[in-house]
Amino acid sequence: MSAAGFAKWALVLWTILCIGLGFFRFTDTTFPLNPPPGVHGELHIALQAMRAYQFWGAIWIAPAIGLFLLWRMKREVDDEPAVRRRRLERRQPLARRLGKTLLNVHTFRGVLGVLAVLIIWQLAQPLGVPIIKRIPPLSEVVMRFFDDRGLFWRDKYWAGWVISLFRIFSGFILALLIGVPQGLAWGLSRTLKSVSFPVFEIFRPIPPLAFLPAAIYLMPTAELSIIFVIFLGAYFTIVINTINGVYNVDKSMERAALSLGAKRSDVFWKVIFPGTLPSIITGATVGMGITWMVLVAAEMIAGRSGIGFLTWESYTAGDIPQVVVGMASMGVGGAICSAIIWRLGTNLTPWRRLF
Amino acid sequence: MSHPMSQGRVECRDLTKMFGEEWARQVIVQNASFVVEEGKLNVLIGPSGCGKSTLINLIAGYEEPTQGEILIDGERVQGPGRDRLVVFQETALFPWMTSLGNVMFGPEVRGVSAREARQEARRLLEKVGLKGFEDKYPSQLSGGMQRRCELARALINQPKIMLMDEPFRGLDAMTRELMQEYLLRLFEETRHTILFVTSELEEAIFLADRLLILSAKPTQVKEVLDIDLPRPRDFHVLTSERYGELKQHALEALYEEAVKAFAKGSKAAYDLVEAFGKRVSG
Repeated sequence: MSAAGFAKWALVLWTILCIGLGFFRFTDTTFPLNPPPGVHGELHIALQAMRAYQFWGAIWIAPAIGLFLLWRMKREVDDEPAVRRRRLERRQPLARRLGKTLLNVHTFRGVLGVLAVLIIWQLAQPLGVPIIKRIPPLSEVVMRFFDDRGLFWRDKYWAGWVISLFRIFSGFILALLIGVPQGLAWGLSRTLKSVSFPVFEIFRPIPPLAFLPAAIYLMPTAELSIIFVIFLGAYFTIVINTINGVYNVDKSMERAALSLGAKRSDVFWKVIFPGTLPSIITGATVGMGITWMVLVAAEMIAGRSGIGFLTWESYTAGDIPQVVVGMASMGVGGAICSAIIWRLGTNLTPWRRLF
Repeated sequence: MSHPMSQGRVECRDLTKMFGEEWARQVIVQNASFVVEEGKLNVLIGPSGCGKSTLINLIAGYEEPTQGEILIDGERVQGPGRDRLVVFQETALFPWMTSLGNVMFGPEVRGVSAREARQEARRLLEKVGLKGFEDKYPSQLSGGMQRRCELARALINQPKIMLMDEPFRGLDAMTRELMQEYLLRLFEETRHTILFVTSELEEAIFLADRLLILSAKPTQVKEVLDIDLPRPRDFHVLTSERYGELKQHALEALYEEAVKAFAKGSKAAYDLVEAFGKRVSG
């Protein structure tokens, strides 16, 4: 392997290792279902997470910079078209680049669509539209959000964002780290698949939420049980999509690669993996949606914090406008996460941007 | 490209390929023996579904013969290798690589440095007329450009023999003719050994030095026809008297096979009989 290749992979592995170790350090401490006096439970957890990652971040940073620089110096990219294109793009002024991504006809249409729904929402009650009229109108919800007891001013709301996002991404990344290699292995080896796939298929139809009681019982902390259930939500979809992705890679591509002198490892890294990538991204996007569905229910039952928990708490208090605030928050959170995955996906598969 | 002409001789000895279990055995190729001569443009022709692609797969090493052996320059074929390059029916360019990346694939997996590989790839892309399209992805290229890119990807490895499995299928008539002429020019310049598979007789005679006519399934080589039309060739050949004679001869041989297969009720053979009828009357 070239020095650049070594540096690249060492960097990736080192980063994964640090994230993982930080995660275990964080979840290793038994989460206080009863936080220390004077500290919000959520804030306490968030602080612990930050402390865990400060520690591992400090250890991560120096080798990471070293490896990154090594990779930058040793790789041979002077002439690569993709690099040239990116360099050209960077030369454009920032305002213009931002303007191009934000101020275009697609954004305009999207904003228009959202506005239309907001207007219908606001007018549903005065106009007496059946069923929808029982939802508190937009103005009331916004007022509730910002009034002096509104969630906007409360720590537990913003800490809830941090905690919910942390749970989502922990479960989701775990699902990617386990699901993608597993899907690839199953896609490649019939033997492996025929041994273990039936077991997988028996577990798959069980809704992630049905695992929750067992997870609470089995896992050392409530936090881990929530993360586990979120993991399950994304995991099955990612595995199924990855397997299908491997099957969909054209046989003639593999053959062409072999005839061009490729070794088995080349066939995997340069043909099967990139060929499967679009399916992995589809799986990840769908999986991300499922994690949000699972999150809320898991937090309602097992959690003492997070946006889902706040929503449920508001409901038990009979505060319907605040329930809608919670729902809207989840909607926005889910949309942002999907957008991130989507963006990453298109960046990873530039050849598909052309269609 | 300097290339020794004495390379790429393929000898198939007593080749048999069967599919399926014992009780439902399908014999695709039976006791086929033939030679693909080095430095010549060999064309395999037979009706569609007669096992041409199976023969290519066997020679490429993707499949193993049930019986018999294939020798390339005296060496037995064991699995695919880069001495035999295959150009597929539908394009097999990697959609996730730019055309430059695709052409660089061969040298890269061999461990040639990226800089050298890139230089060579650029040279070949220019040779096949794709200068300026280096950073385009295959989906951005037209059908003809994709085939030429695939040719460049094949040529960069300096294969002993190029196996082309109906490479111009699915191109429109105009592009197809241009590609045929392009391939001829390329061949006349480099004298690579080529095994070209087609089901179109005009294309076959226009390109070939040697025409191998296949029988109906189970496949054997029924007849080898030397096409002694002068080189370099262009489309004027198509109106020459000798071309007409050769075509007449080949058609008769093919027709005989088609009738035989027709008696067995093969759809492919039925198509060929129909096509023959049209050609004779029209």
